Amino acid sequence: MSHPNPLETVRVEGMSRQTLLLRGTLAAGAVFGTSMVSPFLRRAFAQGDMGDVDILNFALTLEYLETAFYEEGAKLGLKGEVASQAKRFGAEEAEHVDALTATIKDLGGTPAKMPMFEFGVTDEKSFLELAQTLEDTGVGAYNGAGPAIKSKEVLAAAGSIVQIEARHAAAIRLLREQDPAPDQFEPPLTTEQVNKAVAPLIVS
Amino acid sequence: MKGPNVATPNPLAPPDRTRASRRRFLQIAGVSGAAGSAMLLAACGDDDENAASTSTTKATAMGGDIAILNYALTLEYLEADFYDKVIAADVLSGAELELAKQFGDTEAAHVETLKGTVEKLGGTPVKAPETTFPLESRDAVLELAATVENLGAAAYLGQAGAIQSDEVLAAALAIHSVEARHAAALNRVLGMSATPDGAFAQPATEAEVLKAVKPFIVTS
Repeated sequence: MSHPNPLETVRVEGMSRQTLLLRGTLAAGAVFGTSMVSPFLRRAFAQGDMGDVDILNFALTLEYLETAFYEEGAKLGLKGEVASQAKRFGAEEAEHVDALTATIKDLGGTPAKMPMFEFGVTDEKSFLELAQTLEDTGVGAYNGAGPAIKSKEVLAAAGSIVQIEARHAAAIRLLREQDPAPDQFEPPLTTEQVNKAVAPLIVS
Repeated sequence: MKGPNVATPNPLAPPDRTRASRRRFLQIAGVSGAAGSAMLLAACGDDDENAASTSTTKATAMGGDIAILNYALTLEYLEADFYDKVIAADVLSGAELELAKQFGDTEAAHVETLKGTVEKLGGTPVKAPETTFPLESRDAVLELAATVENLGAAAYLGQAGAIQSDEVLAAALAIHSVEARHAAALNRVLGMSATPDGAFAQPATEAEVLKAVKPFIVTS
């Protein structure tokens, strides 16, 4: 990592951030295999220079996207299980939007504005395909940002949301007859990877 | 398991209402700083405060993470063992059997990585508990699988705020969402909601989880 680490002077209970990083490298090596430590740490800490409000706004934008997506889906005339799941999941994403907005304000921040989206879904098939991508991406986004969250309360809240995203992802995958849990360890995504994945859907 | 009735916060509501919904949001998320610290202290059996040397503090923080990892390891042992016994019981077939095999393999991988992580941090991995499960029928097995997976997801969520190391946290998050996927898939196979808690998943404390799994652990 070539960029300066603004956290290196932060002390956690008498320990420098670098001590934490060093100690954690061993743990990450144990979990993901030594050869994977470097890319893993790069990913897990790519969000290291974002504050909690920035991370919450990043999450808020994703939740706006998901909410708008399910609203779009409601116009497609979906039927049966797909329709009922989409309705439920859309309502849950809308609750995430409200909760994140309130939390950002509570922390003294300004909630990000909702962008304009264009999903290009036309039928059940294209809807479910994009739903799977969005929900899987949502899980990776929260997991990638998690370790960079400084407040325990915000972290716990993000945890309670990411679990729902994971549940949505699994259920959507089952509707498509796909493996509900394709990874034994969910791969985290950087903000960069997430932004790249959703960029084609953002009009302005 | 029915979650609390989480009303959708009205974005147009006055500020006090908004604050209230955030409080509820955080309450649902569960881990307060105080509860987290208390859990950590209890896990460490260490109550000396301030003026701790760097090495003592480091040992304390690591001790807390090791205790959490060993708690997670116990649950993963239980899950891995459960799926082994389910497959041996020969009550599932087709896609349901395939799911059980796959989930079982994943839980076994979680066991291995958690053991390795405890060792790397200088701790001693807990031993696998001896287990017993009622596995008479397909329905009983799938219902128990859903119960165990939903509990596992809630257990990981309950520890998120107490983990000290960012890397252990990243690993726990990577496992947490997989447990959530298993839970949702099993709920759906049973025709139940993928998200029984609603929009915000509820955490479970270690005491709640250990009480819930007690019937499945043989104490000699």
